[in-house]
Amino acid sequence: MVNHDILIVGGGLTGLRAAVGLCDRFNVGLVSKVYPTRSHSIAAQGGINAPLTNNPDSRDDSWEKHTFDTVKGSDYLADQDAAEMMCREAAPIVYEMEHWGCPFSRFSDGTIAQRPFGGAGYPRTCYSADITGHVLLNTLYERAVAKGVTIYPEWFVTSLCIEDGQCHGGVVLDIRTGELIPVRAGVTFFGTGGYGRVFQHSTNALINTGSGIGMAYTAGVPLKDMEFVQFHPTSLIGTNILMTEGCRGEGAYLLNNLGERFMQRYAPTAMELAPRDIVSRCIQTEMDEGRGFEHPLGKYIQLDLRHLGEKKIQERLPGIRQISIDFIGIDPVREPIPIMPAQHYSMGGIDVDKRCASEVRGFYAGGECSCVSVHGANRLGGNSLLDTIVFGKLAAKAIAEDLEGGIPRAEEKPLLKLQDSVEATLRKLASPGRERPALLQAELSAVMSEKVGIFRTKEELDQALQKVLEIKQRYRDVGVSSSARHMNYELTGAVELDYMIEVAHTIVLGAILREESRGSHFRLDFNTRNDKDWLKHTIARMGPDGDPAITFKEVAITRYEPMERKY
Amino acid sequence: MIKASAYTFKILRYDAKAPGTKPRFATYRIAVIPGLTVLAVLLRIRDEIDGTLSFRCSCRSAVCGSCAMVINGKIDLACRIQVAAFNTDTIILEPLPNLEVIRDLVVDMTPFWQMYEKIQPYLIRKSPVPEKEIPQSEEERLRIDQYVNCILCACCYGACPVLAREPEYVGPAAAAKLERFVLDSRDDRPAGALEILNNEKGVWACDTLFRCIDACPKEVRPTDAIVGLRKALVKHRFQKLLKENEK
Repeated sequence: MVNHDILIVGGGLTGLRAAVGLCDRFNVGLVSKVYPTRSHSIAAQGGINAPLTNNPDSRDDSWEKHTFDTVKGSDYLADQDAAEMMCREAAPIVYEMEHWGCPFSRFSDGTIAQRPFGGAGYPRTCYSADITGHVLLNTLYERAVAKGVTIYPEWFVTSLCIEDGQCHGGVVLDIRTGELIPVRAGVTFFGTGGYGRVFQHSTNALINTGSGIGMAYTAGVPLKDMEFVQFHPTSLIGTNILMTEGCRGEGAYLLNNLGERFMQRYAPTAMELAPRDIVSRCIQTEMDEGRGFEHPLGKYIQLDLRHLGEKKIQERLPGIRQISIDFIGIDPVREPIPIMPAQHYSMGGIDVDKRCASEVRGFYAGGECSCVSVHGANRLGGNSLLDTIVFGKLAAKAIAEDLEGGIPRAEEKPLLKLQDSVEATLRKLASPGRERPALLQAELSAVMSEKVGIFRTKEELDQALQKVLEIKQRYRDVGVSSSARHMNYELTGAVELDYMIEVAHTIVLGAILREESRGSHFRLDFNTRNDKDWLKHTIARMGPDGDPAITFKEVAITRYEPMERKY
Repeated sequence: MIKASAYTFKILRYDAKAPGTKPRFATYRIAVIPGLTVLAVLLRIRDEIDGTLSFRCSCRSAVCGSCAMVINGKIDLACRIQVAAFNTDTIILEPLPNLEVIRDLVVDMTPFWQMYEKIQPYLIRKSPVPEKEIPQSEEERLRIDQYVNCILCACCYGACPVLAREPEYVGPAAAAKLERFVLDSRDDRPAGALEILNNEKGVWACDTLFRCIDACPKEVRPTDAIVGLRKALVKHRFQKLLKENEK
């Protein structure tokens, strides 16, 4: 048994920031299923929003304006007090990261460079070329090394231990040795990331299974707003690798097969820089109505950077250029990039308050796996890196406050019981089964992309639900090839698949129930926003029958009355 | 160009935990379509043919640094190399050299990270920090650019001929990381902080054969860093001598 005051799960930006904030005062252990610098935070490209007013066009920007843009972008589903907190913290945490060595790109006056991004009234997205996640994650990892944070790389948490309304830690599989290890902790914090891989077409890394979300849910922690799934407008066709919004921030066009900048018809003011939910719908509509291009890998729309010129592309978007050359054989200096929308981000997640606390004593969550909610029904580009670091920091503060009266006593007994049950699960998975986990996962993700996508209908959602229920049944027959537990990625994949199915179930059920269109959730059969009935969060709790039971929660509205969104 | 409809993949299999077993090549035949990457092939083998195959991967877009290995004799990231890029329909995959194999294509990265931690891989600031950002000119930012791009994939570590004979050598990635901070206009580390590499297991061990530059998938040039650190060390030594003479 390993003991810590605080167990942090996840080595991305949120987990590392929480660890850095807590390690001076508490005995912290950070567990990550990959080496922390492999976490998906690394892949964020375009930038992090903060009203620094460095850009000549953003001199009268402020946290209030940033909050308004965030709330409007959320289609008014964000909790406004929480969004305000995040935006007030934005400038301080960007400066803090800079002071810790983060190599942001610079303007000629030596200040941090800022570019325009979608749905923002001012150019407030701070960046480092198109590798902003990479520089932020490296900086925080460096900080964690400097502070001597105890990190357990390649430790995979299989289950969360909650008994009598309190969290006692979790059971870990040491991927390298194959050993099962109970980790006892008075406080557990999840910064486990999103569930992109529940969808076939996703910009996300292969590790983004959402297992942390499913794990918390099956342990009894409710989830919030799971039906809100962000589809990024511009992913490379075939691989769905992200083509940053920074491309459009720098001035790239979206073109249909008539050579038309079609955004003119949908968002005449914001054009390509309308929020992601809107741009993704426009691209999908253009393709559905026959104005897309054809390719063996599927229909696409063009992302045209050519008019920016080689110098600017090489300076501001070198990674995009390299990815295009490496993965589709196209140099964006000479040819437009073929793109399509793909799942990108989970607005929903573990239901926590603005202190990152869940309803379970000793269990907290932050970043993409959680839902505070600051992004509501649609997140603005540049706000997720912000969310990860701000809420890593605020969670650390909240946990430290909550521990002032003493660290909750975590019990050994429930952990040992859980360890036995995980042991039994792993043994069962290693006995011969009819279903291969990866193939079942492929079926799950295919139906999610096909029927729970940008445009949704009751009929298709019902079909998706039936399929998810069928997959849930078939999961009982899953078996892996080898009973060896070390470096057995098929085995960890099989454990994660169980959680992915639960996550998918909550997404589909939320989408069926929400009979309106708001932000990323668009129902063709209920195609307008309905504030009277649906200005509320959905809360999914695992019922006694194993199905999600949905209840509702008020949205916090402070300064901004819901209005129609126009861009 | 695609050479055949199906390619032969020979993968070096080994399990350090299975006593008595020896490394062996396992052969798989896989249908190939344009654009297929080596990583996509590995995933297909694991997911559909042989679930026991072990390898690391995550981002599949050459940014996370998980999947460094030897591909037809050349070290690279499996996710960014297309199968059709080779002038043959046989692809041989082996684990990254200079690190112990744990299982199949998974190597023990511990020594790599130990070297990384050894050089104090973080900004050291002695001057007070301003309320806002520490100013840095575009030129100053450009100076560290190539080193900032390092994704810690250990391709350079695997390619280094010095590490092959001297496992205690700090290696190219850690040296490049140190140079990234030494060259950062905001860093206040004392010249003495470089002393940690001022020995035969530090920057003086490098044979300057540039294999690390050749292996880097991100166009980082670790040899530049090593040469830069050597110059800084020499300069520091002269300055110290001068000072002693003045006394």
